[in-house]
Amino acid sequence: MTAAPFSAGESARIRADFPILSRTVRDGKPLVYLDSGATSHRVARALDAERSYAEEVNAAVHRGAHQLSEEATDRYEAARAAIAGFAGGRDDEVVFTKNATESLNLVAYAFSNSVAGQAKDPRLGLREGDEVLVTEMEHHANLVPWQELCRRTGATLRWVPVTDEGRLDLTDLGSLLTERTKVFAFTHVSNVLGTVNPVRELTAAAKAVGALTVLDACQSAPHLPLDVGDLGVDLAAFSGHKMFGPTGVGVLWGRYELLEQMPPFITGGSMIETVRMEGSTYAAPPQRFEAGSPNVMQAVGLGAAVEYLEELGMDRVAAHDHVLTEALLDGLAQRPWIRVVGPTDTTDRVGAVSFVVDGVHAHDVGQVLDDQGVAVRVGHHCAWPLHRRFRVTATARASFAAYNTLDEVAVLLGALDRVPSVFGVAV
Amino acid sequence: MDLYQELILEHSKRPHHAGLREPYDAEVHHVNPTCGDEVTLRVHVEGTGRDAVVRDVSYDTLGCSISTASTSVLADEVIGHTVDEALRTHEAMRSMLTSRGTDPGDEEQIGDGVAFAGVAKYPARVKCALLGWMAFTDALNRSGVDNSTGATDPTTDLSPETPLSPATQGETA
Repeated sequence: MTAAPFSAGESARIRADFPILSRTVRDGKPLVYLDSGATSHRVARALDAERSYAEEVNAAVHRGAHQLSEEATDRYEAARAAIAGFAGGRDDEVVFTKNATESLNLVAYAFSNSVAGQAKDPRLGLREGDEVLVTEMEHHANLVPWQELCRRTGATLRWVPVTDEGRLDLTDLGSLLTERTKVFAFTHVSNVLGTVNPVRELTAAAKAVGALTVLDACQSAPHLPLDVGDLGVDLAAFSGHKMFGPTGVGVLWGRYELLEQMPPFITGGSMIETVRMEGSTYAAPPQRFEAGSPNVMQAVGLGAAVEYLEELGMDRVAAHDHVLTEALLDGLAQRPWIRVVGPTDTTDRVGAVSFVVDGVHAHDVGQVLDDQGVAVRVGHHCAWPLHRRFRVTATARASFAAYNTLDEVAVLLGALDRVPSVFGVAV
Repeated sequence: MDLYQELILEHSKRPHHAGLREPYDAEVHHVNPTCGDEVTLRVHVEGTGRDAVVRDVSYDTLGCSISTASTSVLADEVIGHTVDEALRTHEAMRSMLTSRGTDPGDEEQIGDGVAFAGVAKYPARVKCALLGWMAFTDALNRSGVDNSTGATDPTTDLSPETPLSPATQGETA
């Protein structure tokens, strides 16, 4: 990694861009926010962009002959272009959704709606005997829609297992990914383990058997440079609120020629070409997938957020994340009563670090940390099968964003040291 | 931290009446879907209506200190009591836990349950403290005891403000 992490001065300036970071919690303690994997804080300029949009141009987009409507459309489309640039795709390949979950459902329904509508493109057909491949480390958002798709179509769901170390076990990939596999959906980065998956290797293997690839990029988009073209995936989903933008907006990126073959998911206004009482035809992508009034203000906010990330430099964001992750993993390794669930070295790993304290439930760990002003996630993090695989009910997870610092890692470790005594656990 | 009273920690380390026992009239399995905590709980009752007596509550929990301790207190407080008393105790616990700290709890009614008063200030943990209690009332309903009769207010079901949405699976033995 050649890029440098942020200096102390840079970190201070970055933190100043997030107004919430200056607040205190639990009787005046400084907020140490280590839950950005669940939702990140909003950068001031994203909020400014939303407010400016609402106060200055608010109007229906893609319709109306007045000036406000033109300007509103311009801002909406400028946000689309910014996001396309950020992800390495074309403007017309970016679909705005409500969140990444909707993006993934949009894709799953493209398959079953194709089957129901007898669509011509064989890539989108799915029937008994066909297979959908996922991994054991998926967030429920990239698992349940595929389970449901298989139930609707009679296809079979299979999954790539996870090793004890917390990486994909690709030993049997050859027998899991076959001519029967129509779609391979996997995460770029595990939201629990922090593992960065070998996307290029997986997409190449999928291509070799003619399977489409769907990437859950929710946890990678805020941490790593993202280039969908270079990764070789067919479709990718990510979420605004995990990358300094607002809730209520997600993105589906898809190769245009594939989006063109996909039937709509949600139908209604704005997504049509012609409508007659007998039936309708549909607009070209991305409008085909944006039925109804879009979440323009949130899209504009997300556009500002990705511009901010690009100004920080995603290579530097990644370098900074690397330094924080290394410090946390080192600190946890010095505490033998803590067990990390996920890779314990920083190779192909980002700053989502889940762990268990022997003899203390994750909820109780989180409560003690909260008492010290440290916000972490506890539970199964919407990855229940993965927790089962590691034989734990719940873990505590610290996850970083560009605004976190080494000082905050130290506060977390200090707060963790209080856990054993509170619960009378020997260390 | 005022949340982790000594009583709670004691109950969580050595939960009273733990383990699944025979005989029982109903067994339920409740899950807190946000964190995956689980409780399997059995009740054994004798008699009918709200005068029936809770002879046994046995359980197996997989959860945090709050949910384990609360289920332990539940067993202490309802075993040997009538269904009517048990439901009053449940209502008193629920009322305290969902009060956001305004109801300190009635020790006469809920015994060691008063140690959970601090939980009410942490809305995310109220679900943990209520997990066993919700399982218990569900099990009572499934046990065949008609607890809807009697002099007291029968509103022991989830009220809309109760922040709990248990995924339930139950069976009647």
